[in-house]
Amino acid sequence: MAWSQRQLGTGVLVGQYIGHLAGARLRQKSPPLGSPRLSAFHFRPLQLKMVASRAIGSLSRATASRMLRCPGYICRSFSGTSALRTRTHINYGVKGDVAVVRINSPNSKVNTLNKELQSEFMEVMNEIWASDQIRSAVLISSKPGCFIAGADINMIASCKTPEEVTKLSQEGQRMFEKLEKSTKPVVAAISGACLGGGLELAISCQYRIATKDRKTVLGTPEVLLGLLPGAGGTQRLPKMVGVPAAFDMMLTGRNIRADRAKKMGLVDQLVEPLGPGLKPPEERTIEYLEEVAVTFAKGLSDKKISIKRDKGLVEKLTSYAMSIPFVRQQIYKKVEEKVRKQTKGLYPAPLKIIDVVKTGIEQGSDAGYLSESQKFGELTMTKESKALIGLYHGQVLCKKNKFGAPQKEAKHLAILGAGLMGAGIAQVSVDKGLKTILKDATLAGLGRGQQQVFKGLNDKVKKKALTSFERDSIFSNLTGQLDYQGFEKADMVIEAVFEDLSLKHRVLTEVEAVIPDHCIFASNTSALPINEIAAVSKRPEKVIGMHYFSPVDKMQLLEIITTEKTSKDTTASAVAVGLKQGKVIIVVKDGPGFYTTRCLAPMMSEVLRILQEGVEPKKLDALTTSFGFPVGAATLVDEVGVDVAKHVSEDLGKAFGERFGGGSVELLKQMVSRGFLGRKSGKGFYIYQEGVKSKNVNSDMDGILASLKVPPKSDVSSDEDIQYRLVTRFVNEAVMCLQEGILATPTEGDIGAVFGLGFPPCLGGPFRFVDLCGAQNIVDRLRKYEAAYGTQFSPCQLLIDHASSPNKKFFQ
Amino acid sequence: MTSILTYTFKNLPNTSKWALQFSLRPLSCSSQLRAAPAAQTKSKKTLAKPNMRNIVVVDGVRIPFLQSGTSGLLHRTNVPKDVVDYIIFGTVIQEVKTSNVAREAALGAGFSDKTPAHTVTMACISANQAMTTGIGLIASGQSDVIVAGGVELMSDVPIRHSRKMRKMMLELNKAKTLGQRLSLFSKFRLNFLAPELPAVAEFSTSETMGHSADRLAAAFAVSRQDQDEYALRSHSLAKKAQDEGLLSDVVPFKVPGKDTVTKDNGIRPSSLEQMAKLKPAFIKPYGTVTAANSSFLTDGASAMLIMAEEKALAMGYKPKAYLRDFVYVSQDPKDQLLLGPTYATPKVLEKAGLTMNDIDAFEFHEAFSGQILANFKAMDSDWFAQNYMGRKTKVGSPPLEKFNNWGGSLSLGHPFGATGCRLVMAAANRLRKEGGQYGLVAACAAGGQGHAMIVEAYPK
Repeated sequence: MAWSQRQLGTGVLVGQYIGHLAGARLRQKSPPLGSPRLSAFHFRPLQLKMVASRAIGSLSRATASRMLRCPGYICRSFSGTSALRTRTHINYGVKGDVAVVRINSPNSKVNTLNKELQSEFMEVMNEIWASDQIRSAVLISSKPGCFIAGADINMIASCKTPEEVTKLSQEGQRMFEKLEKSTKPVVAAISGACLGGGLELAISCQYRIATKDRKTVLGTPEVLLGLLPGAGGTQRLPKMVGVPAAFDMMLTGRNIRADRAKKMGLVDQLVEPLGPGLKPPEERTIEYLEEVAVTFAKGLSDKKISIKRDKGLVEKLTSYAMSIPFVRQQIYKKVEEKVRKQTKGLYPAPLKIIDVVKTGIEQGSDAGYLSESQKFGELTMTKESKALIGLYHGQVLCKKNKFGAPQKEAKHLAILGAGLMGAGIAQVSVDKGLKTILKDATLAGLGRGQQQVFKGLNDKVKKKALTSFERDSIFSNLTGQLDYQGFEKADMVIEAVFEDLSLKHRVLTEVEAVIPDHCIFASNTSALPINEIAAVSKRPEKVIGMHYFSPVDKMQLLEIITTEKTSKDTTASAVAVGLKQGKVIIVVKDGPGFYTTRCLAPMMSEVLRILQEGVEPKKLDALTTSFGFPVGAATLVDEVGVDVAKHVSEDLGKAFGERFGGGSVELLKQMVSRGFLGRKSGKGFYIYQEGVKSKNVNSDMDGILASLKVPPKSDVSSDEDIQYRLVTRFVNEAVMCLQEGILATPTEGDIGAVFGLGFPPCLGGPFRFVDLCGAQNIVDRLRKYEAAYGTQFSPCQLLIDHASSPNKKFFQ
Repeated sequence: MTSILTYTFKNLPNTSKWALQFSLRPLSCSSQLRAAPAAQTKSKKTLAKPNMRNIVVVDGVRIPFLQSGTSGLLHRTNVPKDVVDYIIFGTVIQEVKTSNVAREAALGAGFSDKTPAHTVTMACISANQAMTTGIGLIASGQSDVIVAGGVELMSDVPIRHSRKMRKMMLELNKAKTLGQRLSLFSKFRLNFLAPELPAVAEFSTSETMGHSADRLAAAFAVSRQDQDEYALRSHSLAKKAQDEGLLSDVVPFKVPGKDTVTKDNGIRPSSLEQMAKLKPAFIKPYGTVTAANSSFLTDGASAMLIMAEEKALAMGYKPKAYLRDFVYVSQDPKDQLLLGPTYATPKVLEKAGLTMNDIDAFEFHEAFSGQILANFKAMDSDWFAQNYMGRKTKVGSPPLEKFNNWGGSLSLGHPFGATGCRLVMAAANRLRKEGGQYGLVAACAAGGQGHAMIVEAYPK
């Protein structure tokens, strides 16, 4: 295959639009409701007239991963205290007249609010309330990096009816209400993730103290699982941080760092993390947090400290404005409008959140709590929630290295090609501490690449995610060069040169002459078969494919491609590097288009046919986005690059024949010949101008489209049919990848499609979609289109098998 | 600060023509000085190394460390000092107009204009760096006589215009036409006028030192009371030393327009009750570092005359002490900012072949009570030594009865650039007074750096 274009990868596709797809990086048996960091959405911030609020937007990256590296914090017994009896999740001791309640779920790296923990907690609190000796309490986790990561998802998933879930929610509400009304002040000492139910617990306490480090994040991520905060959060949060900020938190589900939480009034005091003393820093920091919290608990019970917070001017004005019913109504309306626009009505949770908050404020908290528990119950039963929870579980799985630890940890990387992809890979490597060489053929290309890395880091400084000192220190991990100096120390070389087989062969041969024996050669390609690249290698067991998606620092997916000859250790090492780079990883077998590009190709072919049938690009975009795709289909072609799309269509067309047919590649050929290459050339289906946001249709396309026009078939051309023609071809091809063994598991198929290609998250990925929608329905659709268009729509055998036995599911 | 240079020489006990001119504090000088060093009477060996020049400190002086704001330091005298080969001064906050302050001071003090001078900077251990640079010059045979010292003028630190203002002023220089100028002016905003104060904050972490000290104290679980008690000790000992006339390195200084200052004016022994009332200065409201248990920043200057031993003897001087092994260390500027002494002490002892038991006088820079106590705990912890210093065992914490017996930076004050010389002179004077042989000087500095040096008493 000859690729003349600088590699862009199919990933360019969705990248800029999908936003940060941050990943859940928690590993535990019972996944907490609070911890998912998957953003199903790609919405932009919205501004209200009076107060800024954000609807479901891109998530900040979770830092929860760091917690996993901390050594376990060993809970020491209290000296001279009345530890009453050993409990599994919670124990407590008394310091003076302050009870210190320690949460530490066994055999797990995080604490989750499950039934046992809740009942133990109530037991302990009842003892504290009954004790004459105790005047106040401190709640603290003994796990470094985690306060409480959320409610137990499995506890909710095991419920069969909405009523059951509602009951669960009401139990939670009652527990927290009791805590809120405690006459003895309770101080929540928060270090690490305080999410979902954990946050709802914390805001029921009288006072909150948090460690000011990056591991400490507060948030209500339920919306990302298609749920709402179901234990009083929707009622308490607006009172605590104000309605606009509460909407922002609950509708975006984003994590809030400790210092920001302090400013918002979500926490009352911050504690600086400590360095090494006579104990490991994490251990001593938790001890110190406890000491400080105990001081404040004492102060509160002695009435030396007030729980009232001084509000700033803006806050006072906001709360005044919110006391006017008319303003409130306007805000509900605005927020709802924005949410509807951005979710296209595909996600029920955000609207219910608005509804529940509104009920609480307008009709009083009793009505609010009731509404919260009922809506929570309803939401857990929705397909959307099941899809999103499935994605969350999948993401957790794809954050593990199932190939085990590699024999030698890769510490020195070398990247060939400082283009968009190469520099992107370099950026995500250096900021994880990997020493990285970035090599290009020309000084200009290298300079551009280095600048891209620097800019990426500097943007983080602007967002205050890094200090300028940290930026410089990270940037020093990068060495830019034009020669192969230092490659003798490399543990892994990732090539990201032009998508041209002979060029890839040349660099492979050159590199193999200078690298050490253990060094892995990884090729970042979106479609060139790895075995063809490996054909010239002296050691094909060390050759592997690593398909990154553009922009690399934003897109979470990494598709790793193994050939027959790739050794297990090579795979393990590639996965380890990918995980280190913060990626969600799917490992697939080699073949034309691997998994992601292959799924996309038939859908793109259908896009062309639909356009040829006379559907306007804008209409097509609207149809695809309203189905849940983050980017419209026509825009997608422009983003990928028309020339790249042409190559992919031609090459995969050759490999797969008629099945990949549909639209005419002639359309793309003519566009290329006219110079309409998409965004990069300024013209494609649309016209792109620097600084102009709204895009206009490229009228020059009319002639091309008119000349290639085919008559639409009326019985398969309704809006819904058009949507399903696109989606069923995608899904059919995905299932075929599983059938052929390109994919190892349906989970990886879903994760790859959602995180790499922007498959609608509310559908959960192609496999989840088949399960939820019913395989028979999909097959019926395919048969209908097959009748109109032929074998391109013939359902694959695995799909037919699933349709014929309704008990067969991809996810049990 | 030129006066300090002058004083260095005023105090030199020798038979030269200028000895009589200045009778401020003549040491009992004499002819037997020319004799070879007397054999060691003590059991302890001397640290002299074969094929290495012995380097001695002939004398050192400082002007009283004044609380910032009571003094300016420029004072001119005119004494011939052409024996000096080289002058090195340490300073921290540099005045742009005197970026090589050592040279300006040397000229101002009337040194020969043929004597080169340079300025060094290494935060709180700048003066130490000046001394050790001098040691290097003598040891390598480049020089025989060095004046080393430090100066700090905290009452007049350079305050810059904001970055935006500076940028605008620079652009204004380049603007050619009225139109260009006006368009520049139109960009002016009132907040451009907000000045930029130099902060005692780490560049790498933006954390102030007091903040870091508070975290350090917390990391080592040093209580507020312990810190206050230690600060009280420092003030009490300094007061006692001052009353007994032990702070003999102090020379009076006439502040122009004000009275002559003859003693450190920051020594204020208070009561624990008084100190307990103070609110935390950095980590509010629950931190432990307060104004009372931190060192205070002052103006101050110190200088000492360092010579090769044979040169000193040949010139008829009576040296006070040998300057022996020294080390510089550095570590994490965030969490271990002030642990320099912990890292430097075992290293310098090892280098000199000594143990903690051999040291008769410890002189550590007291940046904060909490910092000193945290260092004690770190030095006394096997866990810390093994996990952070790569050592098998702890070095041990210094016995308090030998530690900073004449007060320290907490009570005497801390002019960044000048403290190093004070520490060395205090160690040397204590060894003479108390009859010990080895002194250990250690200090921490911004940037997470540290320094330690062994001072050996010159035989009487």
